Formats: sequence, C-alpha cells, structure tokens
Amino acid sequence: MDVWFVAELALNGALIGLMYALVAIGIVLIYKSSSVVNFSQGAMVMLGAFVVWSMAAQVGAPIWAAIPMGLALMYLFGLVVERLALRPMVGQPIIMIIMLTLGLEIFIRGLAPAVWGIDPRPLRIGISEDPLFLGRVLVNRFYLFGGLAALGLAGLCALLFKTRMGVRLRAVSDDYVASWSVGIFVERAIGVSWALAGAIAGIGGAMWGAMQGVDWSLSLLLLKAVAVAILGGLDSMGGALVAGIMVGILESVLSAYLDPLVGSSKEVIAVLVILLTILIRPYGLFGKEIIERV
Amino acid sequence: MFYRLAGIHHTRYETERRVLNFPFDRFQVGLVLVLVLSAPLWISKLYLSGYILPWIIWSTAALSLNLLMGWAGQIHLGYAAVMAIGAYTAVHLGNAGLPLELALLGAGLGSAMIGLVFGAAALRVKGLYLAVSTLALQFLVQWIIVHVPAIGGGHASTVQAPVIKVLGLAVTSDAGAYYVALAWCLLVTVFMINLQRTAFGRALVALREKDYAAEMIGINTFHYKTMAFWVSSFLGGVTGAVLAFTYYRAVTVEQFSIDVSIQVLAMVIIGGLGNIVGSFMGAGFILLAPSIINNLLSWTSGGLGFNLPVAWLTNIQLMTYGGLIVVFLLVEPLGLAKIYFNVRNYFLVWPFGYMKRQV
Repeated sequence: MDVWFVAELALNGALIGLMYALVAIGIVLIYKSSSVVNFSQGAMVMLGAFVVWSMAAQVGAPIWAAIPMGLALMYLFGLVVERLALRPMVGQPIIMIIMLTLGLEIFIRGLAPAVWGIDPRPLRIGISEDPLFLGRVLVNRFYLFGGLAALGLAGLCALLFKTRMGVRLRAVSDDYVASWSVGIFVERAIGVSWALAGAIAGIGGAMWGAMQGVDWSLSLLLLKAVAVAILGGLDSMGGALVAGIMVGILESVLSAYLDPLVGSSKEVIAVLVILLTILIRPYGLFGKEIIERV
Repeated sequence: MFYRLAGIHHTRYETERRVLNFPFDRFQVGLVLVLVLSAPLWISKLYLSGYILPWIIWSTAALSLNLLMGWAGQIHLGYAAVMAIGAYTAVHLGNAGLPLELALLGAGLGSAMIGLVFGAAALRVKGLYLAVSTLALQFLVQWIIVHVPAIGGGHASTVQAPVIKVLGLAVTSDAGAYYVALAWCLLVTVFMINLQRTAFGRALVALREKDYAAEMIGINTFHYKTMAFWVSSFLGGVTGAVLAFTYYRAVTVEQFSIDVSIQVLAMVIIGGLGNIVGSFMGAGFILLAPSIINNLLSWTSGGLGFNLPVAWLTNIQLMTYGGLIVVFLLVEPLGLAKIYFNVRNYFLVWPFGYMKRQV
C-alpha cells in the first residue's frame, strides 16, 4: 500500500466530503429551526446552479456579480417556498411534510430543466484547472475551493447563531410556543431559515456546478447530503462538517480498494453510513439525544 | 337522491355492523364487480393491458403500503424495494419450475423476511429517522440487485419471467393475466376491509395514534409493529411478483427505483391515508395524470400550431406531477377519498341537508 496514494485519496476525499457538507448545512439549518428534513435540498442545489449559470451566461453578468445575484434569487426562492408550501402544513403529521418536500423535489427537478434545457452547461467561476501539488499529493482545485467554501459557510452560520436573529432561530428550534409567548415572530424566523438554506443551496450549486457541469444530476447529491447530516446529527452544524469529512474519506479510500472487488461501491457507502448511524447512534455524532423510542 | 337513506332502520346489530349496511352500497359494489369482471369483454385489449391492468396492480400495491402507513402509521420510503424483492424471488422460483401459486407464496415470504429488516429500524426509531432509514434500504436493495449476478441476472440486471401457470393451465392471453391480477387485488381488498374489523387492525390504529399510549393500554407495540411490517411486506412482495408476471413479463431494476417508491407513496397519500377507496383513486390519479398532462400539452401546442420538444415535455410532466402532489397536500391533506366521502355524505341525505348522516 502506497502511503502517498492513500494520503491523496484521503485529502481529496476530505475536501469532497466538505462539499457534501455544503449541501448538508442547508438541511441542518432547516431542521434546526423547524424540525423538517428538507428532502428537496438536492434539487435546490441544482436550481441554484442553474440560476447562477443563468446569471452568468444569459444575463451576462461577470462571475463575481453573478454569484451574489444568484444567491439573492435563491434566498427569495427559499422565502417563497416556505411561505406558500411549508407554512400551511404546520401541525400536519410528519408523513405529510416528508411527502411535501418529496413533491417539491420532483417539482424543482422538472422545473429547472424545463426552463433552461437538459444539456449539461459548463459553469466557470474562475477556478483554474491546473494541477495543484501539495508535496507529492495531487489536489483537485475544485475540491479545495469547495471545501474552503463549506468551512467558511459553516463559520458564518456559527457566527449567525450569535447574532440577534440567530438567537431567535435557536429559540424557535427549542420550542415554538415558548418563543411565541416571548414575542418572537416564529413564522418569520422559519422563513428566514428556509431563505438562508436557499442561499446556501445557491453556493453549493455554484461549487458543484463548476465542478461537474450544471444539469439535473446535481439533485442526486441529496442522498450524500442526508448521509452527512444524519451522521453528524441533524441539528449540529459542526457535526455536518466533521461527518462530511468522514463520509468523504470513507468513500474515496474504501471505494478505491473495493471497486476492483465488487464494482461501483461508491454509491453504497453513503447508504451504509445512514443505516449504521441509525442503528447504532440515531441522533448522530453531535446531535441532541431527543429521540423517542417505543 | 343518489343514496337513499329513507326507510333504512337497522333493527338488529348484525345488520348495522355489516360492511355494506344499506342497499345502495350493495348495488354499487355489485355493479363495480360486474364491470371489472366483464372488463375483457367490453374494453379493448390496448386499454385493458395498458391502463386497467396497471391500475389494478398499483392499487393493490397502494393498499398494501396503506396497511403500513395508514393503519400502523409507519413511514416507508422504500416500498418499491420490497416489491422488487418479491418480483425477483418469484421470477427466479418460476424459472426454477415452481407453479405460480408457490412462486407467489415464496415471493411474499421472501419480501416479508427482508421487510422485517426494514422494520427493525422501525423498532428503534420512528418518524423522520424511519423515513431516512427506509430510503437508505431502498438504495441498498437496488445496489445488491445490480451487483449480485445471481439475483439481478448479470449485466443488464434483467430476468425474463416464465409463462404463468395457474392450476397447471398456462395463462397466455391478456385477459388471463388481467384475471390473475384482479383475483389478487380482490383478495387484498377484502383482507383490508376486514382488517378494520379485527383486533389486529384496531391495535395497529392505536399504535398509529400514539404508540406509548397503545403500550399503556396493553398493546404489545413491538409485536404489532413487526407484524405490520411483515404483513405489509408480504402483500407488497406478492404484488411485485404479480406486477412482474402479468404486466412487465420481465424484471429489471429500474422498474423498482426510488421514483417508483415515491410514486406508491404519492398514491397512498393523495388517495387518502388509511382509506381503501382512496388507494384505488390515488393509484388511478397518479397513473393517469402523466398521460393526461401529456395529451393536454400536445393538444394545446398542436392547436397553437407549434411542436414541443420531447425533452421539454418530459420535464413539464415531471414538474406538473410534483406540483400536483404539493397542491394536493396543501388543499386536501386527507386526499381524494375525503372529497369522495364529502360528496357521498352530501347526497346521502340530499335534499334534506340539515339531517346529519346517520349510517
């Protein structure tokens, strides 16, 4: 076994894992504020990629302006989704809300290609494709920037939870009724969390779109993101980062050694992570232990 | 007007407790039975095997999932995987030379055994975590089918189904396949109708409403949750096998993908959770919606004099499908069955709307 080879796999895996975490952060944010797992986050990432691409290629904005414009649009999209679809569902059984987000997922998966076409679009956000060597380890620049973006974003989210708005969000996630009674506008807080998740999906979409082209297949990131969110604990930002790194390393190192034996093992690793986490430690590595068992 | 309640007075408990306790309902059910039994005589072959047959099979699948979701209140996002296990088991057993009856039984048992593994997650967690773990199992089953040649049949993971033999007679005609599917559908429907009237069914309902309250009044939640998964997976497995034998005639892994799981879920929820008529309506709605949308779109575009690209059409179809699910949940969370029963209860006492429904 070559040490450098494993190191390269591990480093790139960790970085790509951080990019999974970029998608998972959106799920965690929404779960933290409203206890809803957003199964449409993958589709929202795809939509974000399409919107950023559209700003750059169709509107013609330079990339440093196209990304903020795309994020603003995705922020609005999150607000609208929460207002129109999620708010009327408050108090419904969890089956209904899961079905609603699945319906949204299908809707967005049809919407974006219907508007912008089904061919993969290249999205250039100014990351060069030259190889980058750290020592003898080849690092993919897209992974590097994506991972840095995830770290930065998680840092921003951590800071956000220190602000006045963030304190409100934390209060809402703790207890709806109690927050209501101390005068917090609960609906708006949840709306903002969906809007922020939309913007995060925009960033994720820009990064992933730059790496593998913008098309519907970006919505398949959902499974990886759910695995990361579950492993890290659905209500833990830091957990998502750590879990992202773990899932990424597991995936790239294990699949490099297992693929010759069983064929594409990459898809199944995220699935096994979900199953083992739920069987052994359902609340994840850093989640709050509030799971009821009967 | 449509449903006469006048003059119906139950004088014995037995008549009141009947499933169909007034004449119009009996007439209606009889009419539907006559219609579906004689369907091969008056429906063209194309519609019979293109629309009616899948509708009947998917209704059965929705009913089986409804047992788990509507009655026992457990979420299942991997039902297509359960059906896939049944389909692959039955086809392999059939190819090994077993008669259809035994192959179906084997399919049911195989699915039920593996369905219990899905259920094992339910015994530990519930709600959202159960949804995620069944979702993961769906992918796992799919992956195993593709990567184990003994199950999936190697490269394209397609296995041809043998000719169906019922009681030693080969069933080759479309009408024959239709009757096989119909027989299974009627069996499951009668089972589900009677389920509401048994201790098992009532225990499941108690479990759904509040599991620890059910435990308090002496219902063994462990036992009943396991049983719910077992029975539902058994029915789902046989339905998957019937689907493979009578409709697809060959099983591939794409027929049971995650999208199909979501489709069955949508049938159950749009039809109405815990409702038998609803499952039939939901299945019909979800199966028909895409082709209606397609026809509508090509009709309007044809009328306006331009051609729509096919890729665009599929995406619009996907979008409308998702949009319909969302709108349905927002407008009528209790599903099509609720709409049906609203209309029915209105006409039950029409024109004396001030009378409340008594039966």
